[in-house]
Amino acid sequence: MLYDITASIDYSYNQPSGLGRTLLRLLPITVPGAQKLIAGALTTAPAAAERIDRLDFFGNPVTEVAFRDATRSASFRIQARVERIAQAPVLDLSPPLKRLAEELYDYDDLGPEAPHHFLGPSERVRPSAAMTAYARDHLAKGETTLAVVKALGGALYRDMRFDAKATTVDTDPAEAFAARHGVCQDFSHVMIACLRGIGIPAGYVSGYLRTRPPEGEKRLAGADAMHAWVRAWCGVEFGWVEFDPTNDVMVGSDHIVVAVGRDYDDVAPVKGVLRTAGRSASGHSVDVIPLG
Amino acid sequence: MTGRVATPPSDPVAALLRGYERYAGVADELVDAKGEMRPVWQPFVQHLGRLSRETVAARFARGDQYLRDAGVFYRLYAESGSDERAWPLSHVPVIVHETEWDRISAGLIQRAELLEKVAADLYGPNTLVAGGHLPAQLVAQNPEWLRPMVGVVPKGGHFLHFLAFEIGRSPDGSWFVLGDRTQAPSGAGFALENRVATSRVFTDFFANANVHRLAAFFRGFRDAMNGLRQDESTRVGILSPGPMNDTYFEHTYIARYLGFMLLEGEDLVVQDGAVMVRTVAGLKPIEVLWRRLDARFADPLELDGSSRIGTPGMVGALRAGQVAMVNALGSGILETRAFLAFLPRICEVLMGERLKLPNIATWWCGQSAERAYVLANAERMLIGPALSNRLPFEADGATVQGKAFRPGAHAAVSDWIAAEGPALVGQEAVTLSTTPAYVEGRLRPLPMSLRAFVVRTPEGWQVMPGGYARIGRTKDASAIAMQRGGSVADVWIVSDKPVEPDTNVAAPETFRRSELGVLPSRAADNLYWLGRYVERVETAVRLLRAWHLRLAESGTLDRPLLKSLGKHLALHGFDPVQPIAEALAERVDDARSCAGKVRDRFSTDGWMALADLAAAAAAMPGPDHAGDDTARALGQFLRQIAGFSGLVHENMYRFTGWRFLTLGRALERANSMCWTLATFADAKAPEGALDLAVEVGDSLMTHRRRYTVATNRATVIDLLALDDRNPRAVFFQLGEIQRQIAKLPGSDAAGPMPPLPRRVLELHTGLAVLSPDELTTDGLLKLRGATAGLSGLIAETYFG
Repeated sequence: MLYDITASIDYSYNQPSGLGRTLLRLLPITVPGAQKLIAGALTTAPAAAERIDRLDFFGNPVTEVAFRDATRSASFRIQARVERIAQAPVLDLSPPLKRLAEELYDYDDLGPEAPHHFLGPSERVRPSAAMTAYARDHLAKGETTLAVVKALGGALYRDMRFDAKATTVDTDPAEAFAARHGVCQDFSHVMIACLRGIGIPAGYVSGYLRTRPPEGEKRLAGADAMHAWVRAWCGVEFGWVEFDPTNDVMVGSDHIVVAVGRDYDDVAPVKGVLRTAGRSASGHSVDVIPLG
Repeated sequence: MTGRVATPPSDPVAALLRGYERYAGVADELVDAKGEMRPVWQPFVQHLGRLSRETVAARFARGDQYLRDAGVFYRLYAESGSDERAWPLSHVPVIVHETEWDRISAGLIQRAELLEKVAADLYGPNTLVAGGHLPAQLVAQNPEWLRPMVGVVPKGGHFLHFLAFEIGRSPDGSWFVLGDRTQAPSGAGFALENRVATSRVFTDFFANANVHRLAAFFRGFRDAMNGLRQDESTRVGILSPGPMNDTYFEHTYIARYLGFMLLEGEDLVVQDGAVMVRTVAGLKPIEVLWRRLDARFADPLELDGSSRIGTPGMVGALRAGQVAMVNALGSGILETRAFLAFLPRICEVLMGERLKLPNIATWWCGQSAERAYVLANAERMLIGPALSNRLPFEADGATVQGKAFRPGAHAAVSDWIAAEGPALVGQEAVTLSTTPAYVEGRLRPLPMSLRAFVVRTPEGWQVMPGGYARIGRTKDASAIAMQRGGSVADVWIVSDKPVEPDTNVAAPETFRRSELGVLPSRAADNLYWLGRYVERVETAVRLLRAWHLRLAESGTLDRPLLKSLGKHLALHGFDPVQPIAEALAERVDDARSCAGKVRDRFSTDGWMALADLAAAAAAMPGPDHAGDDTARALGQFLRQIAGFSGLVHENMYRFTGWRFLTLGRALERANSMCWTLATFADAKAPEGALDLAVEVGDSLMTHRRRYTVATNRATVIDLLALDDRNPRAVFFQLGEIQRQIAKLPGSDAAGPMPPLPRRVLELHTGLAVLSPDELTTDGLLKLRGATAGLSGLIAETYFG
């Protein structure tokens, strides 16, 4: 599937503000065998005084921009053409949890794909007794890791209410879980906490969703903004799988990956230090058009 | 094992050592395993024994006085906030013979080299993890493993430059490492202060006691740091978390001692990959930073986003290889407790040799055999978080002594370890050696641990011949931390032969003159406000004194002038009828808070004069003593302020910093004089107001001599607003502002005159051409507003 993607995030301030230095993670990545960035560009308005394009630890492209002059508005915009390669269904060969722990113990590597990064507490996802208990309640004996991931994702989809107004970008996952509501970020953080709580390495994926559904299908939730879902490590053989708890689906060709990390903090689309005394407003738009 | 020290009854030191005993199963610094005094201690103990109790007390007091005068204190943290306390020096040094110290040093140097290799591997190829020598999860889940730093090669090639090791002596007499300090080790400056104080206590003895001096170590470090620069016109910076940190004093002290620039994160800005200091002369590059703040706070952009003490883009600058960070961001991971379980083996792998100095025996409970061992031996273990960097005896609320579990509670330990194994380590519950402390005329053994310091120099690692000893309050070693009432002591490394006469421990020779304009904007801002606040206190005190004098004269509050003055004082934030001590002390604290942020640029005498002012303010008599008594106390207070101003203005070198201090004072004085005159030289002011203005302006004598008439508005305005020779006059102070600004960076540039000097010239000239009757009350108020505007321009030009 081929997509043309445009997305922009815009800020306006009621008085001139110093933008300082900002990290942007907005452009889709190339994931060998699954996704290919054919062409893409990230632009800023005003133009940046400094700009560095590089990869972060997890291999995500990150653009660091710095602005010298104060401004009343700022806009970050991407345009990209991406090919998403549909994955053939595979046989579930993932190990049960007990063996997963053994495989993990023997995994002597610290590369960006290594599961070890995704098991401990991270900036935004701390271990929580309540979420771990919830995860345990959805375990069946001898189940494979993949089955656990799907069951847990499905359970959260049923138990949590999608509510775009109930939480903010800073909401603690434990809080969202307690109230059983939130948006894709909350669904994902909660699922990550649940998975880690029972020993399954889990990470956060940010990206875009196809905005217009195929004929006769329902529009996916979260398509009008940047989306987020979960990746879970299912053993040495099986590797990483991606699951979207907001829509209760395994991630397929409707999802376009922008960045992977341990939680939102690793992949935040715009991260920076703003110097302003006044108020600010922000808006965003996303368009993901399938080209067939 | 327990043994009292054998001393002949006639020995002069017998009384000193009476009752000194070696505890069972514990080594002692003073006496060896046979119960005999170690020879290295004998001269010292004999010297001490010959001194009477009174002499000892007087000598100790001399050392304490030195510490107070130098402003050495520590911050005690409590629920209610933090508090400055006297420095708890235990005056008896810990004495170690140089041959023993040489063995320790060899072990520490090997360890420093080992840690450097481990750091390079953890942020590079990760062969230790791949080879199974270090569990991946101890790195991946470690909050001190900073992913943004992975793959970043430090400028100069080295991760570690300045290290500390906490070491102790085990019961068998051998030394071992309790913990590694690689993040931002503190204590070297305190070791130096302990040395100065202790050498003053034992002046005559110390001179010939063959104690290795410390200055060469610091010189070596300073030269090594300076050697990391490429541009010799730049200075080395100390990156401090700021005045609220418990070791801030050490940062200011060592910055002064080594001639480094004391900086905070907000002083720095990253531009095109280079780190620049915001100075009053614009951005100036810096190439070497000795970091005293924890790495995660160093860059809110790529590390801890909530940090308010970091510099956005710092990691990027390191990635660009533009700045040398001592030690590298991320080296804090080497402090991880669990690493102690693996370092002995890693040493063999990376260095091809065994550890020369063992570290505390440690078992990671993420491995099944180790977990079983810890469980089986739980009663002689300390069990706690694997990723903690606390020392074994530092209470962290999460580490538990295995024996603290009652016998029946074995299940609790095993459940805990079973549930959280990989997050836990067991460490041998060590006993530390005891060292003598002087308590009421006798020596008493108390537990001790020693912090040793190692620096990288072009000639290799150098170990400080001395250290920072921490001494427990009681037999219980867990009470060693200062926060729990422990004390600290100097460490003497003693030779059999005379040592290199490194004459003194005063500042090392610094020949190069500091350049104008390297004053960080934040420091300038604080000095400027220090000047303003002190002047503000002075004005308020003069007004208060005038009020109390008038009250003493009239005996009643019911006088128009007193009422008018009371109203004016209220605008200054004072109610003369109420106790003034608190309000006054608050004002002095505003000044002290500014001074506290620039302590590296501020003389000890100046600092103490401010402390005296604060004490005097707090001791101001209450309303019962209104009138004469209070006026007298306020008069005395004014003389103290004059003392402070004298120290600053007579003794302070005319650095750029002094100019900002002077600027602040001049501007505040001009501003408040405008206000005083607008109030008391106004046509509607009550009778006596003109005299009051002259008194507040400290110009009674001058007025009498210059004008043959009694005060009238014209003479008062002439003397206090328009005079160019009266330092209390507005015109004089505008001239002062003009003179100082002319010498500040940026004022001499060619081209159109910048806004600040232009505005000052405008005001100065405007006032120069006025006659007293042309300067109306309205004009005075406008002028006051204009000086406030100047303050804004100064901030914009230099502090932004």
